[in-house]
Amino acid sequence: MSDHEPSYHPSNPFSKWMDSRLPIMRMMHGQFVDFPTPRNLNYMWTFGGILTFMLVVQIVSGLVLSMHYQPSDAEAFNSVELIRRDVNYGWLLRNIHAVGASMFFFAVYLHMARGIYYGSYKAPREILWILGVIIFLLMMAAGFLGYALVWGQMSFWGVTVITNLFSALPLVGTGITKWLWGGYAVSGVTLNRFFSLHFLLPFVIFGVVILHIWALHVVGQNNPTGLDIKTKSDSVPMLPFAIMKDAFALAMFALVYAWFVFFVPNYLGDADNFIEANPLSTPPHIVPEWYFLPFYAILRSIPSKLGGVLMMFGSIALLAFLPWLDTSNVRSTKYRPIFKWFLWAFFFSVVALGYLGGKPAEGSYVMWSRVFTLYYFAFFLIIMPVVGLLETPRKLPSSIMDAVLGGGGGPTAANAATAAAEKR
Amino acid sequence: MAPEAKTGTALPPIGHGEPTRRDFLTTAALGWAAVGGAISLWPFIQQMNPDASTQALSSTEVDLAPIKEGQAITVLWRGKPVFIRNRTKDEVEKAANVPVGDLPDKGAQNEALADRAPATDQNRTKKGHENWMVVVGICTHLGCIPKGQGLSDQRGEYGGWFCPCHGSTYDTSGRIRKGPAPRNLEVPPYEFVSATKIKIG
Repeated sequence: MSDHEPSYHPSNPFSKWMDSRLPIMRMMHGQFVDFPTPRNLNYMWTFGGILTFMLVVQIVSGLVLSMHYQPSDAEAFNSVELIRRDVNYGWLLRNIHAVGASMFFFAVYLHMARGIYYGSYKAPREILWILGVIIFLLMMAAGFLGYALVWGQMSFWGVTVITNLFSALPLVGTGITKWLWGGYAVSGVTLNRFFSLHFLLPFVIFGVVILHIWALHVVGQNNPTGLDIKTKSDSVPMLPFAIMKDAFALAMFALVYAWFVFFVPNYLGDADNFIEANPLSTPPHIVPEWYFLPFYAILRSIPSKLGGVLMMFGSIALLAFLPWLDTSNVRSTKYRPIFKWFLWAFFFSVVALGYLGGKPAEGSYVMWSRVFTLYYFAFFLIIMPVVGLLETPRKLPSSIMDAVLGGGGGPTAANAATAAAEKR
Repeated sequence: MAPEAKTGTALPPIGHGEPTRRDFLTTAALGWAAVGGAISLWPFIQQMNPDASTQALSSTEVDLAPIKEGQAITVLWRGKPVFIRNRTKDEVEKAANVPVGDLPDKGAQNEALADRAPATDQNRTKKGHENWMVVVGICTHLGCIPKGQGLSDQRGEYGGWFCPCHGSTYDTSGRIRKGPAPRNLEVPPYEFVSATKIKIG
């Protein structure tokens, strides 16, 4: 991994003094400047940086919103409206945070799809992948808790439905829901504790993200070929190559984000959430935010209360077992002609479940939800292990450099020239 | 062909201390990012300033009719206490006869007047309403609320207000006479909207 010579040379007396006491600059330089990144990373590898950016944006915007928000039964909904109308730039800060949640999930889904497509969960990246699954779970919890704080009709009934999931558990179920609510139904007491937890979770996520990055920097990044970095020519230093690519992708991402924030801030939300929570009337059509819809569709497709809950949590828990469910010894789906089709069908099923989760639970919607739920589980539990054993993968390039230069024999004169130029 | 060759020769050689095209692009991009970053900080700072609902509360009307001579009330204006005292003739006279030269703070501290206006009692009241003393009830030392509004309160040796925190003593015109406070009690902007009603702010 460390083929590149460390280029950190403290130049002034202070940095020399510091370097022999707390070599933090040396560490940052080694991990984020000299760090060897595969030379063939595509734009799907920019979502890690984008997600880090989104986490910081959510923490900062959430912090300032919490300066104006009041987590009480009587004032929560009004204080959100106060933020939107009266607080200086409150409309902007609220939009940044609300749209930010959606953009965060949008980025994390692409990040996860990238990981699955290129086999980034396989040895030696199992811990890296499992930490990612943990971050995803924490994100879902934070997203759900945050949505509750708005205290509109969708917030209230979303909380009611999701907390009632736990009542499906035998024996302890009702006790757990009472404990979660701090009462006999969702109330201001519930809201107050949800606010505490919503404030806490991002910092927990931040901690796990540091572990995630640590694990990444121990084993190194995967890449579109799935091959390891073997020689110095397979990699380029993180700065400027990967950093510039990340920065450009982040700017493009921010453009889409800003378009939502400034032009259609409520497009991804639900109109019912602009009605204050009313414990005496449920809206006719309860849906979670779009980023939970696939899992919501799985929940609804099972005609048993406990079964639905278990399948929904199971669909996420399964992700943690991917490194062992996938039996193929080739990482990248690029070189797996049969698995490729099953994987695209899986991506299609997830999107389809997302669509179906937003539709009423009736007629053919339920039927199709069941079909795609079946495929979701079959993909992980049957297709992944079996196809990995039966499939003959395509011939892998001998190295990352080889793949960059077109896969065939030795480098041609033109290619060598380009390679030399890229090396700066 | 010829002009191309000409520009070709005119270009300085790259990598000899001269900034390159890449240096320019890097500097321009980083500079632009820094400007963007600085601008996006602004809403995050500005959100802490008083919001529109707070600013809407910045004026208060007070009916003076129920306040008898010698009585005082405290009203809230912009979240701050404002002392309104209906002074006795004796108090007004005493306040008016103090030479400005004897005062620690010689400024009127009246928002309606210029900064250099002298701290005469006249400059701290409204003409024709000299019995009404209206001041912000916050000690100019460290922000405590002075005693002296209640009839049984300690008012200090000058008969005005006495701050229990650090012993600042104000006279019946709300001027500092003794103690650590540097300035006279501030006179807020107010006006008589009728003979018995004022609007503060």
